[in-house]
Amino acid sequence: MKKVMKRLVMFTPLFIFVVLGMFLFWGLNNDPTKLPSALLGKPMPKFELATLLNSDELKAEKDLVGNVSLLNVWATWCISCRVEHPYLMDIAKEGVHIFGVNYKDQRKEAVDWLGEFGNPYVFSLYDENGRLGLDLGVYGAPETYILDGQGVIQYKHVGVIDQRVWLEVLKPIVDQLKQQPVLAQGN
Amino acid sequence: MKFLLLSIFLLLGAPAFAAEDVYQFENDEQRDRFSELTYELRCPKCQNQNIADSNAPIAEDLRKEVSRLIKEGQDNETVVQFMVDRYGEFVLYEPRFNVKTFIIWLVPAILIFIGLIVILSVSRSRKQAHETKELNSQESERLALLLVNSNDEVGDK
Repeated sequence: MKKVMKRLVMFTPLFIFVVLGMFLFWGLNNDPTKLPSALLGKPMPKFELATLLNSDELKAEKDLVGNVSLLNVWATWCISCRVEHPYLMDIAKEGVHIFGVNYKDQRKEAVDWLGEFGNPYVFSLYDENGRLGLDLGVYGAPETYILDGQGVIQYKHVGVIDQRVWLEVLKPIVDQLKQQPVLAQGN
Repeated sequence: MKFLLLSIFLLLGAPAFAAEDVYQFENDEQRDRFSELTYELRCPKCQNQNIADSNAPIAEDLRKEVSRLIKEGQDNETVVQFMVDRYGEFVLYEPRFNVKTFIIWLVPAILIFIGLIVILSVSRSRKQAHETKELNSQESERLALLLVNSNDEVGDK
């Protein structure tokens, strides 16, 4: 018995090393700049903002309800947003509902940008001072939220949406959410 | 020595005043709470800085919010909860004790406990090694014989 114990004690460093190694390996594949959203499963925060294209047209959180949709936070000062933009145009053409949040931007520059590169958004909210962005927990653009048909936040993606992200991450969630109301009605 | 002490104290004081001068408060208590809170809250974009230290735009927005909430008369807990509701517990430099974080709170205690056990068992086995054992009659006879023999050998030379 004592011998077995001694053997075990001899192996403790190895054991510690393996556990530490597992932690470090996990850390390698874990991007610390991507934070989980604190708003998952919660409804859109309340807001009342004008749209980018029409400063008299006020929108509120209830205007995002109805369809499974993407809420894309963008700005003209955000270089990655320019990278992402053509792909948003593509998926908007496929019929994906995308709402925009024009985050801490100049109205004129943003309008010009949409004129130049195209407008993939159903509408963009003009969040000049970043108030809505703060309530959403935005910490850098681009960020994209998936809203279900009831306007509840179901997912947050930080960074550029490209084909890989859309097909592997976002689209499966969107498709699954689109199934849900049908199922609920069936029951 | 005086110079050394002075420079140490200056270094200690510096971070607390980093972002203070921009905001006007009604009284010192509010100002103190502001520097305390911005010191405790972590910047979500620039992850190794608190929001007092960082000049990222998001840190500036969060400082503005902290000062607004303080001026509205909110207590520290409300301000912290406001940030946690939006940015998650990540913004707390001192994580709360819950299911997700219990391990980081308990690990030091567990390690100290393991360390104590190791120290105790090592010192006990050492003690055992040092204890002198009584020789039985056979052994003492053999010892005597050995001693006599070795004396003889020395005598021969």
